[in-house]
Amino acid sequence: MLENLAARVNGDANLVRRGKHVNTTFLIAIDNTDHLVSIRDGKITDIRPGPFITPNYAFALRASRESWDKLLSPKPIPGFTDIFALVKKKLLRVEGDLHPFMTNLFYFKGVIAAGGALAASRSGGAQ
Amino acid sequence: MSPRFEPITGRYLHLDLLGRPHRLYVEEAGSGIPLLCLHTAGSDGRQYRGLLNDPRITKDYRVIVFDMPWHGKSSPPTGWQNEEYRLTSRDYVRMILEISAALELDKPVVMGCSIGGRIVLHLAHEHPEQFRAIIGLESSPKVDPYYDTSWLHRPDVHGGEVCAGIVSGLVAPTAPDEGRWETLWHYMQGGPGVFKGDLYFYMIDGDISGKLAEIDARRCPLYFLTGEYDYSCTTEGTHEVAQRTGAQAVIMKDLGHFPMSEDPPKFIGYLLPVLEEIRSGKKASAA
Repeated sequence: MLENLAARVNGDANLVRRGKHVNTTFLIAIDNTDHLVSIRDGKITDIRPGPFITPNYAFALRASRESWDKLLSPKPIPGFTDIFALVKKKLLRVEGDLHPFMTNLFYFKGVIAAGGALAASRSGGAQ
Repeated sequence: MSPRFEPITGRYLHLDLLGRPHRLYVEEAGSGIPLLCLHTAGSDGRQYRGLLNDPRITKDYRVIVFDMPWHGKSSPPTGWQNEEYRLTSRDYVRMILEISAALELDKPVVMGCSIGGRIVLHLAHEHPEQFRAIIGLESSPKVDPYYDTSWLHRPDVHGGEVCAGIVSGLVAPTAPDEGRWETLWHYMQGGPGVFKGDLYFYMIDGDISGKLAEIDARRCPLYFLTGEYDYSCTTEGTHEVAQRTGAQAVIMKDLGHFPMSEDPPKFIGYLLPVLEEIRSGKKASAA
């Protein structure tokens, strides 16, 4: 889900516009593998795979690969169609300083959607 | 496109509600059996415009939609600036009964979605004799909190953005863009703290799971319709309600938590047989 994430996000002018005030680094964990995603003015500037000794990030989204795959499934699966659906099932954990995440929910949902084959408009990306 | 008006009448109703003067915005269309519609938490009556504009419904039903106090074009009561809005089961039930009485509705059909789908369970429990039939959309007996609702009302987070952002995933992924984004626009326009105040009822005060067995569909016909993609009021929750009340539940394909606004034509396809059954008193034949 992270292979072409930067290109997909940065190439989506509407998503970048939504995130123009986002300047942060957050962590995406797939199973036990961490990745730090740095964002400046709505564009992804860096994605670094772990392991990290002292990772410095604002917030983390942690889920199993199976859960991420269900969330990003091209064929939507009832009960697995949104970050908060997984949070409700306790399959995804959002932790840390949630302020940048909650302040820019549409943007971050769009970033996550860009990691899969979701229709971008579902999550606030380009129409 | 040639200009046209929709066949909806909107008026402001002045009444005493919950012991205080209120000014409520009420829309209606059609004639016949009164169908009183209840919008979701943090939104307003615009969610039902698809029904208000559908002649297949309005030929037999007088569709009535009010914006709850604090919502849409209804004002909060005088003095609102000195209080925190918080919806309770008791006030919500009283509100519906008092508005129904003020409009002189004779045994209306009441239909509510989400918080509306919950409060109709309370109506079925406490006041079944007052209604011709009860329709619950996205009904579940309770929903435990699954995020910190304080994020919905704080000055350093844009309330419209965060409220719509929270609920965006509740719209079915298959919904057309127009319906999806209109539904979310309503959430973006909510007053500060109003969605959070409604969720006090939804997640805390409105739990009716302990009383479901006391609801009897024989006292007032009950219908439940739930979208398959609703992860808040789940299909399991609706099945539980139906099983314990003796009512029928229909799971609606390709719909989510806001069926009437995210994809009105699809939802109305599910609603019409229910309305026809209520009107005729005869079981609708299987499609």
